[in-house]
Amino acid sequence: MSFSRSLVLGLSGAALVAGALFAASHAEKNPAVEARKSLMQLMAFNLAPIGAMAKDEMPYDAETASTAAGNLLTLSRVSVGPMFPEGSDSFSRDDTRALPEIWDDMAGFSAHLSDLTAAAEAMVTAAGTDLDALKQAMQPLGGACGGCHKDFRQPE
Amino acid sequence: MRWLVRLAILALIVVAVGLWLTRPRTDAPDLLAGLVPDADNGEQVFHAAGCASCHQPEKATDETRLVLSGGQRFPSPFGTFAAPNISSDPEAGIGGWSALDLWNALHHGTSPEGRHYYPVFPYGSYTRMAPQDVVDLHAFLETLPADPTPNAAHDVPFPFSMRTALGGWKLLFLNDDWVMQGDLSPQLERGRYLVEAMGHCAECHSPRNLLGGLKTGADWMSGAPNPAGRGSFPDLTPPEMSWSESDLVEYFTSGFTPDFDTAGGHMALVVENLAHLPEADRAAIAAYVKALPLD
Repeated sequence: MSFSRSLVLGLSGAALVAGALFAASHAEKNPAVEARKSLMQLMAFNLAPIGAMAKDEMPYDAETASTAAGNLLTLSRVSVGPMFPEGSDSFSRDDTRALPEIWDDMAGFSAHLSDLTAAAEAMVTAAGTDLDALKQAMQPLGGACGGCHKDFRQPE
Repeated sequence: MRWLVRLAILALIVVAVGLWLTRPRTDAPDLLAGLVPDADNGEQVFHAAGCASCHQPEKATDETRLVLSGGQRFPSPFGTFAAPNISSDPEAGIGGWSALDLWNALHHGTSPEGRHYYPVFPYGSYTRMAPQDVVDLHAFLETLPADPTPNAAHDVPFPFSMRTALGGWKLLFLNDDWVMQGDLSPQLERGRYLVEAMGHCAECHSPRNLLGGLKTGADWMSGAPNPAGRGSFPDLTPPEMSWSESDLVEYFTSGFTPDFDTAGGHMALVVENLAHLPEADRAAIAAYVKALPLD
């Protein structure tokens, strides 16, 4: 075997291995990433009826609104620590927008989660009161969601 | 040789006329004479005009949002601009400015020293602001904290480093006519003022020509690439803009999209500002968006 031939073979072999490693690290779903995306979907699902009432697209119903707000509050209290293992940030993976800053500033991240719990608690009260109260509670709730996204989610 | 002398004289005249036409403009003090400042309205103007979005420090918190010390950087095809300190510090900020200085900056893009500002400072929109609102804004800015942070220099290479040429840009693109024309309802008129003058929405959402002038007509608000090089700003005209008027009002209030995602990037800062405005103003902006596209 000539030197150049073995060089070509060696290089293509290395490329294959690198390609496979790359594919494995990117294509394989990470359960933690999937779990936190699911948590976001559950929140969006429960925001939907509250938002529709705030936009006057759906008649106000205290029970429906309270149930949804209660679910949001429960979801805001889920311990998300295990959903954010090392290496599951947006610089390490293609399928997440979770910025590495989360891991650099866990205290700040937790503070945002506490803000969300407080806003969800206020929504539980407001949802059971009346439509005006519900509308008023949308802004702080959206502010809590957006505040964390602003600091810790990679813009699209 | 005579023709050469004539040519030289002609060239001098052309340059002189050009410099005169493109000189930094200012207005005389009588323009604002008799206007009584109202700092409360100035606060509304401040939020509607989105001053804090660019002039607040990098990664501002709720506490530092109103410390307008500048420093955020804005990359563009013409270079990277650094937002200046516009806090009330008389040295580092604009605490020494008169209301007329602020008017000349917002309306003409001219600094108190008589220099052209780069249009990254969106005076192309602010030029449509009413004199009373500028006087009120000046009064409100004086109530905000002073910060000694010195201005960072822009990183703008030649030929864009020549500010004299900005006079030509202004000649071509700076005018205070409304873009949306016609007989408008009072709500749409208010929406137009908030969108075209104060909110400066088009600065991101409208495409630009090669010289950086905003395209109007059917291109107005039809989305544009992000000058920072990544991603793009959404098209606000149908069919791409499919949100209802109440979806838009909700978005401007809480930041929630119709899918209950939240506003991202710079738009998150815009929503923070809009949340300070009365609901009628957010509804007026939504009405303007739903009145697009222009002919």
